[in-house]
Amino acid sequence: MIGYVLEAAQAVLALLLAPGLVGLIRWMKARLQNRRGAPVSQPYWELRKLFQKEVVVSNNASWLFRATPFIVFASAVAVTFLVPILAVPLPFDGVGDLLVVVYLLLLGTFFLSLAGLDPGSPFGGMGASREMTVAALAEPTVALAIFALALSAGSTNLGQIVARTMTNPGAALSPGHLLAFGALFIVTLAETGRLPIDNPATHLELTMIHEAMVLEYSGRYLALIEWAAAVKLLIFFSLLGNLFVPWGVSMALTPATLAVAVASLDKLRRRHMIGMRIDPVRRK
Amino acid sequence: MASEHFLLGVMFAAYPIGALSALGIRGMAGRGLVAGCALVGALAGLVLGAVCLGAGLAPTFTAAFLPLTGIALRIDGLSAFFLLVIGVVGAAVAVYGFGYSAAYEGRYGLRLLGAMLNVLLLSLSVQVMADNALTFLIAWEAMSLSAYLMVLTEHDQPGTLRAAHWYIAVTHAGFAALVAMFLLLSAGELTASFAAMRSASLTPAVRDAAFVLALFGFGAKAGIVPLHVWLPMAHPVAPSHVSALMSGVVIKMGVYGFLRVTIDLLAGGPAWWGGLVLGLGTVSALLGVLYALMEHDLKRLLAFHSVENIGIIFIGIGAGLMFQSYGLTTLATLGVVGALYHTINHACFKGLLFLCAGSVLHATGTRNMEEMGGLIKRMPRTAFFFLVGACAISALPPLNGFASEWLVFQALLGGSAIPQPEVAVIMPIAVAMLALTSGLAAACFVKAFGITFLAIPRSPEAEHAHDAPLSMQVGMVSLVLMCTGLGLAPSAVVRVLGTALSGLERFRSAEVGFTLGLPLRVPGAVGEMSPPLLALGLVLLVGLVPLGLWLAGADRRLRLGDTWGCGRIGQTARMEYTATAFAEPLRRVFAELYRPSKDLSIDFHPASKYFVQSIEYRSEIHPLFERVLYDPLLHVLGTLASWVRRLQGGSVHLYLMYMTLALLVLLTVARAWR
Repeated sequence: MIGYVLEAAQAVLALLLAPGLVGLIRWMKARLQNRRGAPVSQPYWELRKLFQKEVVVSNNASWLFRATPFIVFASAVAVTFLVPILAVPLPFDGVGDLLVVVYLLLLGTFFLSLAGLDPGSPFGGMGASREMTVAALAEPTVALAIFALALSAGSTNLGQIVARTMTNPGAALSPGHLLAFGALFIVTLAETGRLPIDNPATHLELTMIHEAMVLEYSGRYLALIEWAAAVKLLIFFSLLGNLFVPWGVSMALTPATLAVAVASLDKLRRRHMIGMRIDPVRRK
Repeated sequence: MASEHFLLGVMFAAYPIGALSALGIRGMAGRGLVAGCALVGALAGLVLGAVCLGAGLAPTFTAAFLPLTGIALRIDGLSAFFLLVIGVVGAAVAVYGFGYSAAYEGRYGLRLLGAMLNVLLLSLSVQVMADNALTFLIAWEAMSLSAYLMVLTEHDQPGTLRAAHWYIAVTHAGFAALVAMFLLLSAGELTASFAAMRSASLTPAVRDAAFVLALFGFGAKAGIVPLHVWLPMAHPVAPSHVSALMSGVVIKMGVYGFLRVTIDLLAGGPAWWGGLVLGLGTVSALLGVLYALMEHDLKRLLAFHSVENIGIIFIGIGAGLMFQSYGLTTLATLGVVGALYHTINHACFKGLLFLCAGSVLHATGTRNMEEMGGLIKRMPRTAFFFLVGACAISALPPLNGFASEWLVFQALLGGSAIPQPEVAVIMPIAVAMLALTSGLAAACFVKAFGITFLAIPRSPEAEHAHDAPLSMQVGMVSLVLMCTGLGLAPSAVVRVLGTALSGLERFRSAEVGFTLGLPLRVPGAVGEMSPPLLALGLVLLVGLVPLGLWLAGADRRLRLGDTWGCGRIGQTARMEYTATAFAEPLRRVFAELYRPSKDLSIDFHPASKYFVQSIEYRSEIHPLFERVLYDPLLHVLGTLASWVRRLQGGSVHLYLMYMTLALLVLLTVARAWR
């Protein structure tokens, strides 16, 4: 029973923390560029604003355009049930392995690209074309990372991999594991639309991938898509963290170990923030 | 036993009646009879396959048919499974063909088309039940020729004759290899039963030769690279329901024959067999999808995807053969089960996609995607069916393409069980290439669906398109249901496949290892997943999110407006992204393979270079194997032919001398042979 509660808690936690993670990255980036930056809570306010705005849909768009935000959001949320964030083994571990996670995310990308083509805007087409190119080329990288992990863990299921790394800490430093980490890191950059593959903050849609693709979206649809993108980012971060350095993930479903898991998540977050605060900020 | 004989009788009655009535009766009644008989025959075959599989362990049924002619039939698990494949697609195609061929009325020879459809279905069914080489080869040739005649239906269209020539040339080269192979296996006795071939003791050299011949002969039919060239030519020019049957079922006969010979008659072989098949499968999968990406003819694009999917099937078979040579029966089963699963999946979704492409062709009169667009509003049902097929072929969960690709992946991941260093290199490469293939397939189907069905129509024909008539929709719906069902119940499918394989010598305990149930767990607990639960979760989430938004009081207003055009008002189809543009990034990435040629001509205004009047851009790609293999081969053949022609002097005396010389040479050789 506690397993199912944990599953739900994990999904809710992922949904709630995801915009904060985006805010944190933006804030850190601003600091590194000697800007003051918006507060970490900024994405929450943006989502709130978007949910309260009217939706404008293109005349050319079909039902697919309206269905896509829900499909994209649902696939991202479904993945949060399969990825170990707080504890292993979770009851839904057998519903999908790492391959399922990858293909569920591809499902979201597939529909988002179609929605990019739907309004007939050249920006959308451009974004969709590039997004699918990047997604297709990222597939073999991710598959090889899975191969390396499955080789040492004897399974492609995430719970198994995490559990195996924890019981056998030396595996985390094996060459295969380290290379797989590198590969998955690059895939993370590609899949979450980060530099040097994509830049979510240039001043032209022409030079962006993800933002160009979702250009026609507004209001609650855009909010769902942005939220899903944030959840995807969080998923990749927790995959990187929990697959390769899983200490802090609870293995037995007891309140004490769970408290440690939550605390370590929190500590990680705070350590980053404190680390960044020392950074000198030049004031004008 | 009685029901099997009855079903077989129905099948053998329905197809010939359908073929004969096609020749005799014109008009709607004729089309109805053709479709009806084909439907009855296909359903009888489907039920026959299901009964044989349901009866448990094969072999279940033998029929010494027409004892004097040397025809022998027998149904074991593998035959029964392929009868299912033929039945499912055949039934959908029969119903669809009733509506689709109406457009041919008065334009082309409907009589031959209807007759050949029934002949093709009959020869397919006989072929998978054949129990000796003679029966198999007769059915094989009947299948090839009836398909050839159907490819020729639109004989006055450009490209049809060339496509048909290529098809018949490649298929007969393969046929020659198959005859040689069966002669080797049966020691010259073509009417010897398969059972005799199984027990024949052959030297390793003969076995290797038979394997290579089988790979060539069946590979030519299945369309593995480099024998795939006929496929993207012949499939598009055939009537669409025939394309569906050819891509869905006929090329699968290559898979059937290859499995029958390698894992049944030869019962596996050395590791290099599996390695070769695995390598060819990988190359086919990747090249198939790469050429599909560059294609803007909707049906040619689908045909190239058949090359890709055949590649995936052969990856599974190759992995299975390899594992078997190392004695890893469980993993070998996993590979072959994955291949068979992908076989029926591909039959369903590729059949579906070709039927949808046929509806689009029916409605717009063109196969060129650059002239389509906006069809989702004009033919919403076809668009939805195509979307399901596109998701399935892109291996998106929870549809059927994902389930089988997942199994093939798991089989390859199990490759680490083989200690050989060569294998340790091959397997990860195959995994990466398979992943790249499925990623590119997704990109290709975003293009195919997005450009064809979404946004604004690019031509008046697309503007005035209409949805397909009811019979065609019924045909498509049946395959949509199959795609969904096969995707949602992998445990049930894997159990059936285990039964299908368990009749074979090396796969007696094919079911062992899979943990069946709601989740599907592969042998050795390498991986586990559950498409039904995934689907349930996705459906729940897609339903719950709008509910949550409503409860949370999100804004519900929706306004229609123009697509944003940087301040420009009035969007036209010329501003849309094209299929060529969509594939451009990948064309650049793989430029080394495509070798695109570009041709850009700009007309300037006479007064100033700064005013451009028109720009013409042309870009073509040159397929690798046409360039390096077939062009030189055809050149050599042409030279040889012109050389041989010199022998033809026109004088009877000369010919008589040739005969005498030939006889003398033969006699000398025969004498020396002793």
